Amino acid sequence: MDMMPDIPATFRPEQPSKVIRVLSDDATLDPRHDPRLNESEVLELYRWMVTTRQLDERLVALQRQGRIGFHVGSLGEEAAIIGAAFAMRKKDWLFPCYREFGAALMRGLPLQVFIDNMFGNANDTVLGRQMPNHSTHRASGYASVSSPVGTQITQAVGFSWGAKIDGKDVASLVYFGDGATSSTDFHSGMNFAGVFKVPVVFLCRNNGWAISVPVERQTATRTFAEKAAAYGIPGVRVDGNDIFAVVSVVREAVRRGEQGLGATLIEAITYRMGGHSTSDDPNRYRATDELKPWAERDPLERLRQYLERRAQWDDRKEQALIADIDQRFRAAVAVAEKTPPPSLETMFEDVYEKPPWHLQEQCAEVLRGPRAPSSHS
Amino acid sequence: MPQMNMVQAINEALRSAMRKDKRVVVLGEDVGKVGGVFRVTAGLSEEFGEDRVVDTPLSENGIVGCAVGMALYGMVPIVEIQFADFIWPAYDQIVNELAKYRYRSGGEYPAKLVIRTPVGGGIKGGHYHSQHPEAAFIHVAGLKVVCPSNPYDAKGLLLASIQDPDPVLFFEPKRVYRAAKGEVPENDYLVPLESAKVVRPGRHVTVLAYGAMLYEALDAAAKAAEKGVEAEVIDLRTLWPVDIATIVTSVKHTGRLVVVHEAPRTCGFGAELVSLVVERCFYHLEAPPVRVTGFDTPFPYTLEMEYMPLSHRILPALLDCAKS
Repeated sequence: MDMMPDIPATFRPEQPSKVIRVLSDDATLDPRHDPRLNESEVLELYRWMVTTRQLDERLVALQRQGRIGFHVGSLGEEAAIIGAAFAMRKKDWLFPCYREFGAALMRGLPLQVFIDNMFGNANDTVLGRQMPNHSTHRASGYASVSSPVGTQITQAVGFSWGAKIDGKDVASLVYFGDGATSSTDFHSGMNFAGVFKVPVVFLCRNNGWAISVPVERQTATRTFAEKAAAYGIPGVRVDGNDIFAVVSVVREAVRRGEQGLGATLIEAITYRMGGHSTSDDPNRYRATDELKPWAERDPLERLRQYLERRAQWDDRKEQALIADIDQRFRAAVAVAEKTPPPSLETMFEDVYEKPPWHLQEQCAEVLRGPRAPSSHS
Repeated sequence: MPQMNMVQAINEALRSAMRKDKRVVVLGEDVGKVGGVFRVTAGLSEEFGEDRVVDTPLSENGIVGCAVGMALYGMVPIVEIQFADFIWPAYDQIVNELAKYRYRSGGEYPAKLVIRTPVGGGIKGGHYHSQHPEAAFIHVAGLKVVCPSNPYDAKGLLLASIQDPDPVLFFEPKRVYRAAKGEVPENDYLVPLESAKVVRPGRHVTVLAYGAMLYEALDAAAKAAEKGVEAEVIDLRTLWPVDIATIVTSVKHTGRLVVVHEAPRTCGFGAELVSLVVERCFYHLEAPPVRVTGFDTPFPYTLEMEYMPLSHRILPALLDCAKS
């Protein structure tokens, strides 16, 4: 275990200091928890973190322009999100909360499909049935997103429990925020995983906030990791803005699962640098000076500093990467904006495998009835 | 053909499904060694082992949430909720997750499972062992709801529910778990979902019933026949999607409708059935449709027989309806 004396004091007055950290301020790696990533792996991780942030910024802008309805981003939490997904094996599954589009993209969700989801158009894999960011991508082992914050936790447990009964070594990674630790599903999921020794990685992104409610209103425990003790599983705290540390602890959790040792709760300490979503203004409940210590611990900056010290990255590469993302984003948006909305019939499909009589009747009613005023941009 | 009660018939269906498909697992409270509080899963743990017949922690929310995940993996979970009255902690997982998974994933992830649970009163169970909550599930887009009344249908409908591609709530009328007996084939067979059954033909009034109340409706119909009123009694069997064609055919023939259910009246399934009939058969109706139901109160313990829509309440309702 490493000391992390410089974690901002505003985070939690009496928090214990045991937080696993690998990437130090002088850009060296602590060998005790170093995941020993090779150069191309580190560069890949950095590119995905930058991609995630660049897309976040552009999607917020699209929402402000009224071109998409909503965005829920991951500003400041990129290392926890990307690092955890990277540490999982291809055969494992991800059960997202709703801030993890970067992980889906890294796992193979095509950018165009993601942008189509942001527009809810006819090419959206979920056919405009959900808000933006509530995407699905089976080919990437990325489960469906729902807005309630904890429901994916029990599902992730059931998924890898099913694999265990089936005799297969398949783990699941479930993302949730600090707010979700108050949910029934957190308790049920942790408890079932403990009892049945299920190979699941519980990744709590402790980003300090659940919309406007600070962590002190979610729990009276000193940490979220210590809740694991109540379920007979280990709990680990990790510097969530240190991608090396995140990869390391998640890999160790996967290894424990492989060895039949069951689940692990990981509390990734990070900070939600933006609002909860495009629908709220954090200035109403959060002093801006709270951001400062976390801005200094920005996960992208820390990794970039590491790469620059090793002459693996520079401004020219950064600009080229951003230009590439920008060009691909603009192209995808241009296509998505031109794509029509899903057909009326799709509203009635997939409720059941085949529409029963009542949905056939209701579909016919819509088709022959008057059209609503268009709300599609 | 062997005689069985409903408990045995459902047990047979579970056993057969588990023998044929290794992906089928049974999850619930006390479903293992003790074989369920009503003994419906008796002997399954011995035959299929603790991995596939799982005594879970006491958390309906956990059971259903985990079952949804298992279904996403590719297992075929059959959940037992010990009493329907205990299903509410799982309501979020059923309504927002299970029922919506196919739709919200654009058809990528059908989450298929069967939730079996005993329903209904008349067993001195009080409020927490007597509710009949079908309406709260029929109202939910994406669910199918089944309620057999006899051993033959119970086995055939359960096997059909397990094969069905959509999530199914399978409500078992516990008052007749052992009282309803009948011949049940040893081999597998299916009773198709969405098929109601005319169990007593008649020409004066249509009575819609299901589960344990079917027997009360039949008793009332027999007594009405003594007074010259011939009621046509339909066992709905699948509550949703309901077999609308059978209902409409009958009401167009009789011109009168009585709906019977144990659940409270307001926004109960009877309200929907009456609406469907009025929309389709208005000009065939000779009298206002009538609902004979539980009352809009919590389910009472001591006065449960006054609460339930038993034969003594159904008989005057259908005589009045037939004569008005």
